[in-house]
Amino acid sequence: MTFLSVLHLLLALAGAPLLAGIIHRVKARTAGRRGPPLLQLYFDLGKLLKKGAVYSRTTTWVFKAGPIVGLAAAVLSLSLVPLGPVPAVAAFPGDLILMVYLLGLMRFVTVLAALDTGSAFEGLGASREVQFSALAEPALLLGLGALAATARDMSLSGIFSGLSLPAAPPSAAPVLLLVSAATFIVLLAENARIPIDDPNTHLELTMVHEAMVLDHGGVDLAAIEYGSSLKLWIFAALLSGVALPVATGSSAADLLLHLAGVLAVAVAIGLVESGMARLRLLRVPQLLLAASVLSLLALALALR
Amino acid sequence: MIWAILFVPALCGCLCPVIRPSWPRRALLLAAAALQAALVGSCWVRRPADTAAGWLGLDAAGLLFLSLTTALFLVTAVYAVGYFRQEAGAKRRDWEEGFLFTNRPEAMFTACLLWFLAAMSLVSVSRHLGLLWAAVEATTLASAPLIYFHRHHRSLEAAWKYLLICSVGIALAMLGNFFLAVAGSAASEDGLRLTLDSLLESAAGLDPTWFKAAFILCLVGYGTKMGLAPMHTWLPDAHSEAPSIVSALLSGALLNCAFLALLRLHAVSCAAALGDFSGSLLMLLGLLSMVLAALFLIHQSDFKRMLAYSSVENMGILALGVGSGGVAVFGSLFHAVNHSLVKAMLFLAAGNILAACHTKSSAEVRGLLRSHPVTAALWLAGLLAVIGMPPFGAFFSELVVLRGIVGAGRYALAAVYLAALGVTFVAMARIVLPMVFGKGQAGDEGGRVPIRTAVPEPLWAILPPLALCLAAVAVGLHLPAWLNAVLQSAAAQAGGQP
Amino acid sequence: MATLLDMLVVLLVLANFRLLGSSRLLACIRTVAAQAVLLGATAVCANWAHLEGELVLIVCSSVAIKAVLLPWLLRRAAREAAVTREVEPLIGFSLSLLAGAGLLAVCLLIAAPLRVPGAPSSGLMIPASLFTILTGLFLIVARKKAVTQVLGYLCMENGIHAFGMAFAVREPLLVGMAVLLDVLAAVLVMGIAIYHISREFDHIDTDRLTALKE
Repeated sequence: MTFLSVLHLLLALAGAPLLAGIIHRVKARTAGRRGPPLLQLYFDLGKLLKKGAVYSRTTTWVFKAGPIVGLAAAVLSLSLVPLGPVPAVAAFPGDLILMVYLLGLMRFVTVLAALDTGSAFEGLGASREVQFSALAEPALLLGLGALAATARDMSLSGIFSGLSLPAAPPSAAPVLLLVSAATFIVLLAENARIPIDDPNTHLELTMVHEAMVLDHGGVDLAAIEYGSSLKLWIFAALLSGVALPVATGSSAADLLLHLAGVLAVAVAIGLVESGMARLRLLRVPQLLLAASVLSLLALALALR
Repeated sequence: MIWAILFVPALCGCLCPVIRPSWPRRALLLAAAALQAALVGSCWVRRPADTAAGWLGLDAAGLLFLSLTTALFLVTAVYAVGYFRQEAGAKRRDWEEGFLFTNRPEAMFTACLLWFLAAMSLVSVSRHLGLLWAAVEATTLASAPLIYFHRHHRSLEAAWKYLLICSVGIALAMLGNFFLAVAGSAASEDGLRLTLDSLLESAAGLDPTWFKAAFILCLVGYGTKMGLAPMHTWLPDAHSEAPSIVSALLSGALLNCAFLALLRLHAVSCAAALGDFSGSLLMLLGLLSMVLAALFLIHQSDFKRMLAYSSVENMGILALGVGSGGVAVFGSLFHAVNHSLVKAMLFLAAGNILAACHTKSSAEVRGLLRSHPVTAALWLAGLLAVIGMPPFGAFFSELVVLRGIVGAGRYALAAVYLAALGVTFVAMARIVLPMVFGKGQAGDEGGRVPIRTAVPEPLWAILPPLALCLAAVAVGLHLPAWLNAVLQSAAAQAGGQP
Repeated sequence: MATLLDMLVVLLVLANFRLLGSSRLLACIRTVAAQAVLLGATAVCANWAHLEGELVLIVCSSVAIKAVLLPWLLRRAAREAAVTREVEPLIGFSLSLLAGAGLLAVCLLIAAPLRVPGAPSSGLMIPASLFTILTGLFLIVARKKAVTQVLGYLCMENGIHAFGMAFAVREPLLVGMAVLLDVLAAVLVMGIAIYHISREFDHIDTDRLTALKE
């Protein structure tokens, strides 16, 4: 737990909504528009915090607890994630499993809250979300397992510092390449991005993630939006660590470099969203299966 | 000399497409076949020396199969000339389904026939395993257009299956060759040349794991070409849809070429003291082929498919004999000779039946003895020969194989062998005998009206199968000393002691 | 150089997965062409220390034939037959991907005792080449369109070529030439056959070629 780790945590808490702004800006610019301001999500969160929420009579305490528990899980998970060679606030062997399942807990309570409303659209979105996550989870876990096998360390912070050049073993290059590809696909799936889900759609029948949060309002919706942006930051930090395995001499330079990497990941997401259309729902399992296969291959390479 | 054997058919094949009028082309076909036969005949008198740095050479087994191929080609060339005259014409009506179809241009067909001969000759004379493999692949590519002579969907389907299955098999054989090279690299420091002589010399130093894997792959690959079960699935379709000349050559010559490739590998295996391994694999596939063929022969309704399954069965006998070792190897090689002669005769006779009765179904052909006596006699004689009746040679060769198996103490194997032969005997007799002796059907549609008087049969259609029949009888009655000597030395090379 | 070789082999394996999971014929044709290019690059990398002119010549001609000529021929055949997608394969695409993962595991297991004596290059080459061969065989069996079956055959030949290169330190020429001639001749004949099939049948579903039966 160094000063830079705490700094990373604070920067993440403060800067996570910026990523969404960057993505929207990139999409707008590639479409020839000027786009919303970069800080738009902050303004939205501020607006939501001032609003009240309407609770349906069919919901119970589960509906009210979902967003808060999800946000808490996201913050806890964030504290386990390193940024490249800069270690996380908390690190112990096996924390990669805890991180993945904290994110899973966040998804679980959101799904429960959605099902609690008893409405058809929320149920539809929840079932799709769970199906895609079930297929994306092996990809993520196998990829992290491959990284752990290469770096011979079971803690996320240990893995990433072990894999940064010049300490990385030379046979790690193909493993890193495969795991970054798999992680990118999982990022797109878990954060409801094109080509798995269209965040801008207004049609409930085509929604996946948006449908689950239709009935939330006010502070709950702010908590959910903020939790999603934290989740995006977590995946972006992981991807930046895998794709840019460099450790310069000084930790401050590392932090800056990998912050730039996180922003670059946001730009990349924006470009992918501009360049592709959404996949047919039947094709999404194939894409996630391909990601799992990539991770499996990386694991096989790491274990030989 | 060896170069001449290779280049004569290849060059004549290249000339064929440019010769427009038909009679010079047919004359060229006959001339090429006759010249090839003369060249091979002179090889019997004086064996030519190895050339091309040991890559080409004619040993006993190669000479045997080369002469078989050439003799069969000569006979079928004579038949082919008459066949072309009959088939010439714009559109023909299919007998089974009634649609109109055309034939492939005769020029390309003749060219492919000659290239087919060149490729098969190359298989017989090559002593480098890589060249052998390339030659077997060349036979596949040269014979696929031959199957697609009658241009309709059934023959196209047969040609496609043949092409794909055999190409996949040959690709596996190429992988087997690579494995063999790896096995050889363990033997000598700067890599082993894949010529037979160097392989046989340094066989003791071959890495056993790699060699076994190589043998398995090559067995699957060349076994596909040879028609061993379970890779035989292209055989019945290809033989039933191709014209009779092509079927005769495929069964009589091509299957033998693949068998030669397997013989070579088995010889190397015996020299490397792995003869038991390769022998048992050969026996397994041979037995499987015999049993499967016997089962499929029961209730077979198409007489050309019946002949095809009989080929599968006989290839099983060949593999069984070679795998068993000892005197059975001699029996196998002798059986290869007998089978080629008889099967070619049977296919040519089947072609005559097809042309006369316009049907491939054996249930619709009756009373051949009255309507086409010579063809019927040949068909009957062929049946007796292929199921192993004396005085035809097949009886003696199958007996020698049996003696070899029993002599090695494999009684269960011998029992299954005899059972398969018995089932084949009954199944084929049930199909053929009614065709020859049965009473004619009442007048149906098409050309199946009972014919009371004998129809004159064209000379070109009778003489070739008759010649083959006489040869088969002659070989059965008295095995000439020169043939015996070649068979003995080929058997000794392939790992059998008489 | 060893890292580069590793990367190329991994890309080869990924190309196989793309073949297994893609239903669009043009994408499959491009993938097989990319495999040929990868193989050429691998050949050059593996023999970097002692690069000969003949080897470069063989590599260039094999890339020209397998990555340019044959895919063009197959694209023409597919266009003639008006086929763009393999709509209903015998084994579905997700199942094919899973089967591919299983085959890869099998190849890694088989290749462990098969140590090539005196081979340089990556220890991944043998399992990758075996996997490519098995992928080719799987495609031939599991797909219906004739063009995809020819692509499976090409993939199998690519795998055999890769295997030949894994050990053939001394004779890369012979290996390259053998595979090249085989592929060229066979695929030419098959392409012509597909052309005839599409004209005769109005489709190139080999699954429907069932007139000749027991």
